[in-house]
Amino acid sequence: MAEETAEKTPIEIVTESEHNKNFHGPELTGEIDTPAVEDGLIIKGVTDDVKPYPASESMQAELGFPETLVDNWEDVAVQRLGELLERYKSLQVYLDICVRCGTCTDKCQFYLGSNDPNNMPVARAELLRQVYKRYFTTEGKVFGKLAGARKLDLKLLGDWYAYFHQCSQCRRCSVFCPYGIDTAEISMAAREIMDSIGLGQKYVNSILGKLHEVGNNLGMNPKALKATLESTEEDLEEETGQKIRLPLDVEGAEVLLVTPSADFFAEPHVESLLGYAKVFHQAGISWTLSSTASEAGNFGMFIGSYTQMQKAASRIRRAIEELKPRRLIVGECGHAWRIAYSFWNTLIGPFDMLDPQYPAPQHICEYTLDLVGRGAIKLDKSANDEFTVTFHDSCNVARGAAMGDEPGGQFEIPRALIRASCNKYVEMDKDTIKEKTFCCGGGGGLLTDEIMQIRVQGAMPRMQALHTVMEEDGVNFMALICAICKAQFTKILPKYDVPMSVAGGVHQLVGRAIELGAKA
Amino acid sequence: MDGLTFVYSLLFYIVINIFFIGLLLKFWKYVSTPAPLKIPQTPAPKTATGVGVRMFQEVVFFKSLFRGNRLIWLGGYIMHLGLLFVFMKHLRFFFPGTPAFVDTLVDIDLYTGFIFLSALIFLFILRLAIDRTFYVSVFNDYLLLGLLIAIATTGLLARFWDYSGTRAMIPDIKAFVGGLFTFNPGPVPSNKPFMVHFILVMMLLAYFPFSKLVHSIGIFFSPTRNQIDNTRKKRWGPWTVKNPRRSKPKEPVAVQPSFAVKEEPSDS
Repeated sequence: MAEETAEKTPIEIVTESEHNKNFHGPELTGEIDTPAVEDGLIIKGVTDDVKPYPASESMQAELGFPETLVDNWEDVAVQRLGELLERYKSLQVYLDICVRCGTCTDKCQFYLGSNDPNNMPVARAELLRQVYKRYFTTEGKVFGKLAGARKLDLKLLGDWYAYFHQCSQCRRCSVFCPYGIDTAEISMAAREIMDSIGLGQKYVNSILGKLHEVGNNLGMNPKALKATLESTEEDLEEETGQKIRLPLDVEGAEVLLVTPSADFFAEPHVESLLGYAKVFHQAGISWTLSSTASEAGNFGMFIGSYTQMQKAASRIRRAIEELKPRRLIVGECGHAWRIAYSFWNTLIGPFDMLDPQYPAPQHICEYTLDLVGRGAIKLDKSANDEFTVTFHDSCNVARGAAMGDEPGGQFEIPRALIRASCNKYVEMDKDTIKEKTFCCGGGGGLLTDEIMQIRVQGAMPRMQALHTVMEEDGVNFMALICAICKAQFTKILPKYDVPMSVAGGVHQLVGRAIELGAKA
Repeated sequence: MDGLTFVYSLLFYIVINIFFIGLLLKFWKYVSTPAPLKIPQTPAPKTATGVGVRMFQEVVFFKSLFRGNRLIWLGGYIMHLGLLFVFMKHLRFFFPGTPAFVDTLVDIDLYTGFIFLSALIFLFILRLAIDRTFYVSVFNDYLLLGLLIAIATTGLLARFWDYSGTRAMIPDIKAFVGGLFTFNPGPVPSNKPFMVHFILVMMLLAYFPFSKLVHSIGIFFSPTRNQIDNTRKKRWGPWTVKNPRRSKPKEPVAVQPSFAVKEEPSDS
């Protein structure tokens, strides 16, 4: 036993994990209970072995990171933290000012679901703050452990690797923090430090590599993309009897649509793609997808690397320059919309070449609702009568971006669109929607099967709220505006014995309700 | 000047320098560190006025905390309010003449000191009693609360213990503390609670800029709260802002070859 341990390399020790892909969710009761000590429910370290696979050496090299854990990782990590502190106001301020009041402790879905106290936002942030105190503050140098300072050793690095990959960067904790401390910023910094010492996460880094190389997360080359779109067009014609196009690389089209690549073939994502196509078709607007920018998603944000994020986003800029559209519209995707709405203008702007009378970029929900409002398209609500619909606010849209001109438009616009598409709409519990929404459990680069346990556990609060409306109101459709939410729920619903058909897109509803050929 | 007054005065001047310079350096650090991307926590105001309103609600009412946890809000809010009143009442010791509003405050308000102390004790108990808060608390959290409790207790003792005796000492305290500000301190009043109270306050002030108490200035720099949500209308950037505190890059730590690489034969 001892010999076996001795042979392990540090990276093996740090990433050693248990994979429970068949993890089943608890029975749904509709109650979201906070784990409590007296019930024996707070269990320290209970998910410290739930860790994603580390990135391979080639994946790391492709992104310009060290291939595997470097020898002097402690020094490099500390230096990297020092650089980040000088670069990001958020990190510097947030590591300083937390008073550990405890308000955030019961707000994280991963804590509520896993019972592991290290998933309390403040405890998660402390994993990095301890190192900050030890190496960068007078307080930590004078008081040491008493102030919570701690040396960065292999044990702590292992905890970083576990718990910073059990945070979906959904920012729910930040809503309730008296100082707005954003754990997403902290977990992004921790992941960037881990990448810089050669400790990357396979799922995110491999996908980023594909995005840089091929242009989308799925690694689908332009030829394959064209073929997929053509066969989808055929299906669409068979279904509707109309020639509804899915144009690719059309120069001079009015609209460039950038959408997550999952929309091209994954279920139920593709249903939303059909919805967009029908909307453009019916409104009579020329539009195009781009093989250069065939991905709205941008996992650079998940690893906190602005360089990676800008590199990935620059593909969209290139597509605009190639195709010269007048408008830029983004499909249903949560983190992509945060990046598009909040970051694109800074990273790849200004968008002077686009028509200034439209917001750049614009969300597909903003666009479609505007058409509905102006009567440019007609929706027949009864087409969705078989559904009682509820809406899951995606975390990045709810707390990291906006829609429309008024604060909170990101809540009202998708809801208005859903209400215009169906007759029966129900809200979930008020503490689980809008800015208080729970993450689906798969965001922030967690959407990988080896950490299925934490994905199932993280989905628990949303599943409880969904269970309640399913029982009480007969809800059988949860509308989503995020590719990750869709992929996550398709996998997770069966783990809670809920049929996976309950998860679908907002434009899936729109696509079913739209009256084709009926000109206003 | 007697020896004790000399020691107390010296301590005061050292501490007050640590406090202001330390806080100023922190302030400068927060001002000068760039915020490359817009990260307001939405729904966020679309105008500067809106951000002002949001910040006002956070600083004056602790709005987010109120939404997050009513018990912690209650303790924290009363504690801070108590601190504010107690501090204002102390103004009479700092200035030669007592500002009129302070006099009024002293007359109408006898109990804020006790309320302040009770709120601190309440927060201390809360830290121990909520299992989650207990888990995340570190020693220094208790240390700070303990220090504040000791300060409040000694302050109250100085004022109310042997009521008539201490009351009469207000001119003495004023002569000493007020004198410190004009570099002409009177002798340290020989009231024991006051002497301890003063030392404890000096300890607090010296620790202040290095502790979590910098949340008092940090909150104004919190990007999730102080940014305007207008990125589509107004370009934020340039995002590659240099930190003015960094004139030249530091010597980078050379990345040493990894374990895996080391085992491979080199063919160079």
